[in-house]
Amino acid sequence: MGRITLDQVSKRFGDVEVIPPLDLTIEDGEFTVFVGPSGCGKTTLLRLIAGLEDVSAGQIRIDKQDATMVPPSKRGLAMVFQSYALYPHMSVRKNIAFPMRMAKIPADEPTRRIDAAAKALNLTDYLDRRPGQLSGGQRQRVAIGRAIVREPSAFLFDEPLSNLDAALRVGMRLEISELHERLETTMIYVTHDQVEAMTMADKIVVLHAGVIEQVGSPLELYHTPRNKFVAGFIGSPKMNFIEGEEAAKFDAHTIGIRPEHIEVSGEEGAWSGVVSVSEHLGSDTFFHVHNTGLAETITVRAGGEVGFRHGDLIFLTPRSDVIHRFDAQGLRIA
Amino acid sequence: MARAITPQRKALNTALAWGVGLLIFFPILWTILTSFQTEAQAISDPPVFLFFDWTLENYAVVQERSDYGRFLWNSIIIAGGSTILGIIIAVPAAWSMAFVPSKRTKDILLWMLSTKMLPAVGVLYPIYLIFIRMGLLDTKIGLVIVLMLINLPIIVWMLYTYFKEIPGEILEAARMDGATLKEEVLYVLTPMAIPGIASTLLLNVILAWNEAFWTLNLTAAKAAPLTAFIASYSSPEGLFYAKLSAASTMAIGPILILGWFSQKQLVSGLTFGAVK
Amino acid sequence: MATQDSQPADGLMAAPAASGKPAASDLGGTRHARAAARLMMAPAVILLLGWMLVPLTMTLYFSFKKYLPLRGGDLGWVGFDNYVRFVSSSAFWPSVQATLVIVGGVLAITVVLGVGLAILLNQPMWGQGIVRVLVIAPFFVMPTVSALVWKNMFMDPVNGLLAHLWKAFGAEPLVWLTQASTQSIILIVSWQWLPFATLILLTAIQSLDREQLEAAEMDGAPPHKRFAFITLPHLSRAITVVVLIQTIFLLSIFAEIFVTTQGAFGTKTLTYLIFQRVLESQNIGLGSAGGVYAIILANIVAIFLMRIVGKNLDA
Repeated sequence: MGRITLDQVSKRFGDVEVIPPLDLTIEDGEFTVFVGPSGCGKTTLLRLIAGLEDVSAGQIRIDKQDATMVPPSKRGLAMVFQSYALYPHMSVRKNIAFPMRMAKIPADEPTRRIDAAAKALNLTDYLDRRPGQLSGGQRQRVAIGRAIVREPSAFLFDEPLSNLDAALRVGMRLEISELHERLETTMIYVTHDQVEAMTMADKIVVLHAGVIEQVGSPLELYHTPRNKFVAGFIGSPKMNFIEGEEAAKFDAHTIGIRPEHIEVSGEEGAWSGVVSVSEHLGSDTFFHVHNTGLAETITVRAGGEVGFRHGDLIFLTPRSDVIHRFDAQGLRIA
Repeated sequence: MARAITPQRKALNTALAWGVGLLIFFPILWTILTSFQTEAQAISDPPVFLFFDWTLENYAVVQERSDYGRFLWNSIIIAGGSTILGIIIAVPAAWSMAFVPSKRTKDILLWMLSTKMLPAVGVLYPIYLIFIRMGLLDTKIGLVIVLMLINLPIIVWMLYTYFKEIPGEILEAARMDGATLKEEVLYVLTPMAIPGIASTLLLNVILAWNEAFWTLNLTAAKAAPLTAFIASYSSPEGLFYAKLSAASTMAIGPILILGWFSQKQLVSGLTFGAVK
Repeated sequence: MATQDSQPADGLMAAPAASGKPAASDLGGTRHARAAARLMMAPAVILLLGWMLVPLTMTLYFSFKKYLPLRGGDLGWVGFDNYVRFVSSSAFWPSVQATLVIVGGVLAITVVLGVGLAILLNQPMWGQGIVRVLVIAPFFVMPTVSALVWKNMFMDPVNGLLAHLWKAFGAEPLVWLTQASTQSIILIVSWQWLPFATLILLTAIQSLDREQLEAAEMDGAPPHKRFAFITLPHLSRAITVVVLIQTIFLLSIFAEIFVTTQGAFGTKTLTYLIFQRVLESQNIGLGSAGGVYAIILANIVAIFLMRIVGKNLDA
């Protein structure tokens, strides 16, 4: 079981309120991602759930039990840290065994669990090595192994992939997703990378300055962002925002249009501009368009190869059915 | 990647460095050599350097005159005891400062170091009185306590700088893994800090071994360590070079050997984390 | 999750969650961590506080008394008499001067020679490890031994090695500890502390980024300018540490003087003067007043040095 409920939880560091009171429920077995720019309070929120920081007010419940004052060692959660936090003086085997040693699980049960975890994580050949002799990806897997053997009610991941190179990151992302499919345990995953959030999450919690901006499935956030912040944060490249006259035509203070929802043409269109930078990836082509009179830059994503270059005149047509409208406060107009 | 150095240049460096090294080491070498000479050879004019009749006679005489073993034992107990006691008290304190720092942590550290500047002589008489009152004068336990107190700031400081190098996330991981505070310190922090604790231990054993104010002023016969053993040779009737040399060699021998074996660890500890 | 019988869940149940107070030995959120930290710091802080305050209070108490243990004991309060007498004694200012000269002299010699030696030892050579062992050796020699060896075997005007050396060149041997007493003390103490300075400075030099030096060389800086503008600034932090640590120890040097000159011939430092008042003249009141002066002097130096170290701590 692993249903985690935050009830009016807040956190202050001295006079600074980093997390104003918030409510959040994470259902059992759910893969929840906390995402937001750095300094948004997502790691602090995770550490509050872990018990590594005190809440300043409010209540944290794990499976209906009040865990607010329970020390981290007794919350039954496992955490994978950004730096992996492996014990450098212990072999991989001892690292993975440590939680069981602390819990004083008797006899061969630990050995069985270690072997199972090592097999699942491809670590069998490395069990007698020290963390210092492993690659980044292997260390990451040891950290996950250490978390698995605890059989926790929930896993907490604190930006676990940010120290890996790009190729490894994609691989580990898949491994963690597969792990979740297999274990069906609650997972809370903190990242600043919206791609990780979109690909892994059942539920995304977008945080900004300690405040939850929106909670929803990845596609909900993509299709119906509740406000300008979520709209701009989810999706890559970023959504274009246009204010003023053009927005007024849609009865909005600001309109947002995603780069992939703009058609390009050399002859005609609703808007026109000059290509400043064009990025040709083969599968897609990105244009950064200036002098549109709408915003400083309009970013456009065209499928396949489209042959405009720097300095070309280009015509743009937004797909009117996917234009997002926001009011002066930045809130979505339904 | 270093540029090739000409053999001539290297030979010059070598000669120069060895020359300086031997010059610095010479007083010790000379003392050790003299300890194996007869008194006549020791004051012969011109002095003899290597070619003399080696004898162990001086060591026998020194041993007869003052029981070396007792002083050595006292030194070991006092230096070792004060250091170990100091480390036991300092590890929790350094843990607190390194991993649960507060606004006052730095002030407390600096204050601790400033107690080290308290001139011993300024408080000699009060300590003397307290020692008499508590029956600690000329006892090993008394000196263990005093030397522990004078070295405690250095021990805390050194351990603090080592602990600060250990990422806090690892201790938090231990907490998440279900470790209690005691288990965290015992199974995770201490093993990781062993190199640091070892060099702290070594440096403070050396400092305590060589401490010559309190050990001279608070002991008479029973608890006197090697500093007192050698000081007894400063009186005029002790003025026999070969015997003085033998006694000196006996006093510094153990710590010299210990120091040489552990110089790598010592260097890192000596810099107090301020020099990387 | 398949099983829910493992320790963590039990632990959660077992923890008195309702009362909000976990077992004392567990480190929970930071509230618990802070409480534990205070508890764990207490022994060290209390011991040092006691070590500082108790004798200090007693010293202050005695300093206002006429107190001669061998000649009548406690002879009553005398106000600031002891303070006035201590300062007006003809030995006071010379002792302050001797202290500063010896500390300053040793600092200057060890830092300058230490930098030179560190640079030398950092060059490629054969047998570097052995040379380092030779250079570090004096640090392990107890002060009483080094003072005795220097006094008798080197500085003795008749049989000392230096006397032989002087005679070999046809010069009149020096009576070191009389004619050049302060310099002799500085020499002995410098010999003891040079290894410390050298080692720290060597560590610092080894951490100097070679590319910086190479960049300066590409920019056309000759060796002495590379030393002045790159190596020396890089060493400033290490030099600070050397000065700080050495000052702490040098202010209270005792054995070197006790064994050699017994404070004669202008080598009576403040420490030694107080020692004489307390132990030799058995004038506790006067010695205690001197102790208070020494504490004040040490604190002036301490505040000055702490500022520097405090900055270094932040860096």
